[in-house]
Formats: sequence, C-alpha cells, structure tokens
Amino acid sequence: MSQADLTMDDHSTSLTIGPAFSVPSKKLAMWLFIIADTMTFAACLVAYGFLRNGSANWPRPFHSITNVALMTFVLLTSSLTMLIAMRSARAGDKSKAFLWIMITTALGVVFALLHIREWMGLIGEGMTMFQNPWGTGLFGASFFSITGLHLTHVTCGVIALITVGIRYKGGRYNADDIEVLALYWHFVDIVWMFVVPLVYLLNLSH
Amino acid sequence: MTTAEGHDQKTSGMGKDLIVYVCLLTLAGLQFLIAYQNISASQMFVRMLAVACVEAGLAELFFMHLWSEKRAFLVFVVLFTVLVLLGMQYGWTDSFRMVTGAPFSK
Repeated sequence: MSQADLTMDDHSTSLTIGPAFSVPSKKLAMWLFIIADTMTFAACLVAYGFLRNGSANWPRPFHSITNVALMTFVLLTSSLTMLIAMRSARAGDKSKAFLWIMITTALGVVFALLHIREWMGLIGEGMTMFQNPWGTGLFGASFFSITGLHLTHVTCGVIALITVGIRYKGGRYNADDIEVLALYWHFVDIVWMFVVPLVYLLNLSH
Repeated sequence: MTTAEGHDQKTSGMGKDLIVYVCLLTLAGLQFLIAYQNISASQMFVRMLAVACVEAGLAELFFMHLWSEKRAFLVFVVLFTVLVLLGMQYGWTDSFRMVTGAPFSK
C-alpha cells in the first residue's frame, strides 16, 4: 500500500467516524430521541388544547393544587439530585453517584405514587376514559392519555435509573451513561412543566 | 488541572445548578399564582405557556448542559424543536371554527 493510499484512508476515516457536532454518539442518540418524543408530547398537548377549545362544557374538576404542587416539587428536586449524581460520577465518586441515583429513583417512585393517588381520587368521583359527572366525556380520555403517557415515561425512567445505577456500580457503565440517562430524566421534568398548566391549572374550579 | 481548581469548578458548578433549581421552583410557583388571577382562560394560557417556555429553556440550557455544547449543536436542537412546535399550531384555526363557525364555514 502506498503512502498516498494511507493518507487517503486517514482522510476518509476522519470524515466518516468523527462524531456529529462533536457530541458522543450515545448522547446524540438520546437528544434525537428527546426531539422525537417532544413531537409526541406536543401532538398530545395540541390535541388536548384543540378538544378543550372546541368543547363548550369542559370540566374543571380540580379543587386543590396541593397534590399537583407537591408532584411538581418532587419532580424538580429529582432533577437536581440527578445532576448531583452526574457530577459525582464525573468526579469518579462511584458510591456517592450511586447514592444520588437511588435518591432520584425514590423521588421518581414518590411522584408516580402521588400521580396514582390522584387518578384514584378522580376515578372515585366517577371519572372514566369516556365519561365523567362534570361535562364532556372527552376530558377523561385526554386527561388519562396525557398524564398516562407522562407517567409511563417516569416509570421507564425509574426502571432505567435502577438498571443503569446498578450496572454503573458494578463497573459495566461509566459516567457518560449516567449523563445520557440524566438527559432523559430532565426531559421528563420539562414535559411536566407544560402538562401542569395546560391539564391542571387551567382546569381549576374557582 | 490541580485538585483545588477541580474542587472550585465542581463547587461553582453546583452553585449554578442550585440557582437554576431555585429559579425553576420560583417559575413553577409563578404558574400556580397565574392560575388564581382573575383573567380570561386565553390570557391565562398565554402567560402560563410563556413561563413554561422559560422554564424549559433554563432546564435545557443548564440542567441538560446544552449551553456548554458546541454552538452548532445548540442551534440544531433549538431550530429543530421550534420548527416542529410551530408546525403543530395549524390545528388552532380549526378548533376555533368548531366553536364559532368562522372563518371557513361562512
């Protein structure tokens, strides 16, 4: 093989395997997933807004903001604990990183339990997917779809946190994997910031 | 990097994270305050959405570290997301038509 071939090989290699935007491939894949998932949630929220705007008797079943405020606080705090876990992982402190991942997991579980408690309360008042005592039946379908989709994301995140945390502690995953997972967890948090005003706060019964 | 520098960087990083966390909590609280204002639903919606966008921006830039990524990547993510979100607004006109019968049905 000539020197020219070698130079050509080096050039083509640098063109093909260099990471796009200088972002590691795992991280880029997570960002692309987040953008795609943003479309899913945006479509759901726009559809919800469409139905709410187009329905004359849209229900306002929420009497108190205590539960949703607590859920928001728990989720925001879990983002902070995830950041601490990531920083600890970057600093090479494995046991501290694992501890903070588990704290984040616990907060995720608390959020899910609060969510389920709220669902049970609404179901107890007679709300189902297709009917409710207050107004149009579309409310139940859209409410359970959006909050259910978000709850599914939180549940998947909790499972991922446990899995990645254990594997990180065992040495199979590294700080980069924690960072990728942290991106997902923050995304779940961001989505909640849009779900709360649209689905809960606009439907408070004054 | 010396150990002291590394420690300083870690501490200042945590300080910034805490400030962003407090800002996010405050903005979330602001959304709850807006919910109790005596304004129309559409005004409430616009104000809450504006606050939510600021919250999302802060979380993306600092919690998800988009600010410290390459500028080209930042521009890619922001432009792509904004275009998608803008594209999804086409449904509103039809939603209003369902309520008022205007502008298309007359």
